[in-house]
Amino acid sequence: MALLDVKDLKTYFSTGDGVVKAVDGVSFSIEKGQTLGIVGESGSGKSVTCLTIMGLNPKKYTMSMGEAVFNGEDLLAASPTRLREIRGNDIAMIFQDPMTSLNPVHTIGTQLVEAVTLHKDVSKQEARSRALELLKEVGIPRAERRIDDYPHQFSGGMRQRVMIAMALINNPELLIADEPTTALDVTTQAQILSLIERLQQDYNSAVIMITHDLGVIAEIADDIVVMYAAEVAEKGPVDRIFKRPHHPYTWGLMGSLPRLNTDVGRLAQIQGQPPSLLRPPSGCRFHPRCPYVMDVCRTKDPELLPVSDDRTHLQSCHLDEETKEREAARLLGTFATEAAAT
Amino acid sequence: MLRYLIRRLIWAVALFLTVTLIGFVLFYLIPADPAKFACGRACDAAQVAKVAHYLGTDRPVYVQYAKFLGRLLPFDFTHWHFKAPNLGRSFVNRQSVNSIVGAAAPQTASLVFGGLVIWMLIALPVGILSALRPRSLLDRISMTGVLVGISAHPVWLGLIFSYFIGYKLKWTPIANYANFFHPLYGQPGGPIQWAYHLILPWFTFAILFAAVYVRMIRANVMETMNEDYVRTARAKGAPEWRVMRSHILRNALLPVVTMLGMDVGLALGGAIFTETVYSLNGLGYQTIQSLNNYDSPTVLGILVFATTAIILMNLLVDVLYAWIDPRIRLS
Repeated sequence: MALLDVKDLKTYFSTGDGVVKAVDGVSFSIEKGQTLGIVGESGSGKSVTCLTIMGLNPKKYTMSMGEAVFNGEDLLAASPTRLREIRGNDIAMIFQDPMTSLNPVHTIGTQLVEAVTLHKDVSKQEARSRALELLKEVGIPRAERRIDDYPHQFSGGMRQRVMIAMALINNPELLIADEPTTALDVTTQAQILSLIERLQQDYNSAVIMITHDLGVIAEIADDIVVMYAAEVAEKGPVDRIFKRPHHPYTWGLMGSLPRLNTDVGRLAQIQGQPPSLLRPPSGCRFHPRCPYVMDVCRTKDPELLPVSDDRTHLQSCHLDEETKEREAARLLGTFATEAAAT
Repeated sequence: MLRYLIRRLIWAVALFLTVTLIGFVLFYLIPADPAKFACGRACDAAQVAKVAHYLGTDRPVYVQYAKFLGRLLPFDFTHWHFKAPNLGRSFVNRQSVNSIVGAAAPQTASLVFGGLVIWMLIALPVGILSALRPRSLLDRISMTGVLVGISAHPVWLGLIFSYFIGYKLKWTPIANYANFFHPLYGQPGGPIQWAYHLILPWFTFAILFAAVYVRMIRANVMETMNEDYVRTARAKGAPEWRVMRSHILRNALLPVVTMLGMDVGLALGGAIFTETVYSLNGLGYQTIQSLNNYDSPTVLGILVFATTAIILMNLLVDVLYAWIDPRIRLS
């Protein structure tokens, strides 16, 4: 049984301008100890999907539908008390901006101890030594002194490490990392990613990594979900998606990656803008920007269907398989020729 | 921390001297002769000159100021020993200003501190609940209440209260102060009477402040609720009461501390309107009386007291704030 099985998840927000369909039928699953990468542009619904799983959306304006089955239990149907037991304990989440994610008026020691005592019935001393242990694990130097420091006394990278420590302190089975490195510089990014990878192996946690950076995904993910406009465009094992992508959006994403070994006048980009989730386009949501658009795309929203030779690889596009294979090969061919030319 | 305190104390002294100097000079510039006023209409020039000499107003202004400061300092330079600060004597009745201020200050202080308790007891729950349920019925009612509270003049409020509650319903007395410790002969006194006489003044005084604070607390709490670290706390599995106490309120109420210090300091200088309506012989009321009589020692004495109160409260708030906000403390 999968650790987390999300089935047809929908999250709608009622706003003054109408209903925003932030997540509109997303399904994926993740096994114990695996890494799932969720990729997409800003506004594609990646963060909201995970916030919905955790139950962290503002209750007043949010309607959630579908299922998110964690260890056999549907989180969307769980009581608030049960959700609070799970959060920070079985499922932990870290967020994008480490500069603002820690309470500025409490020491990091206090906040770490809080994470422990919320779920485990231990003394303050034990919680504190556990916190110290985690701080050393995530690589905070002089942890015994630093544990009583305040967040503003740490740099961004250090704060993110503290956040990771806080998330892993109760050995969660699943860690959701929402763009943990977007706000950090590249070298710190590499350090944080390798830290997450190492801790994942040590603790045997599953990780959902949300990012818009394909490079990050390629490095650490086992499976990928590509999201576009609140829906899943394509999903499957990482090498299938990277070597044989079957969706025009994925082609666009990979084609727009800047490469060090070529000189281009202008970076390639996907034409157009992501659509409004208030009034999404009819039919396939990508059709206004798709270079391969056909008449059927404008009227019928394609279903998420498996590729013929690999049932774990699913895509939602009306194009026939032959065309997809050809285009995928062509795209990867251009990468190869560029590599060969240098 | 010690260096910070010493620096602040030096500033406080400089501020104090500046304020008293300005006050002194302003009085000197007023085109009215206190000696003539004290002497009375029937006096001729020679008698006025005698009074002026007695009061000391015939000396040059800098001499008068030097004598004023000399009286104020707790140290006697001519005889070289410590002495109590002396605020001088009233031009009107030669009463020691120390005793005038000493009689008026407790009344103002009772009004202000009691009012403070009441306005915070109103503002905290209303402000927090309104922030938790924006645009609900409770929120709309409290925002309307805020508008009324800010717009209604304390004198008007005081008159309304004392007329309907004091006079018509006879639930509370309508004027005067009852001494907490030593009632004057024939007058009500003791703690219960003290509080009983202060109920209406407390509410009248508190309403304006409560309105301002409800609005500020509501805005601060609403803003803090959207902060990332509140989301982190919920993601850790913290129950809502804990999120509210340790994360939201602990941050949202920090600015309230600063404002409280400033407001209390200011109010200790005299809550003029409330004191007048209820005939409380506090510092504000006393200031008005003394101004009308051109009684500069009394006014200056009250100015000294008010300035000291404001400076002390601000200092206290600064120290307190440095203690509760680690970002200030460690910078």
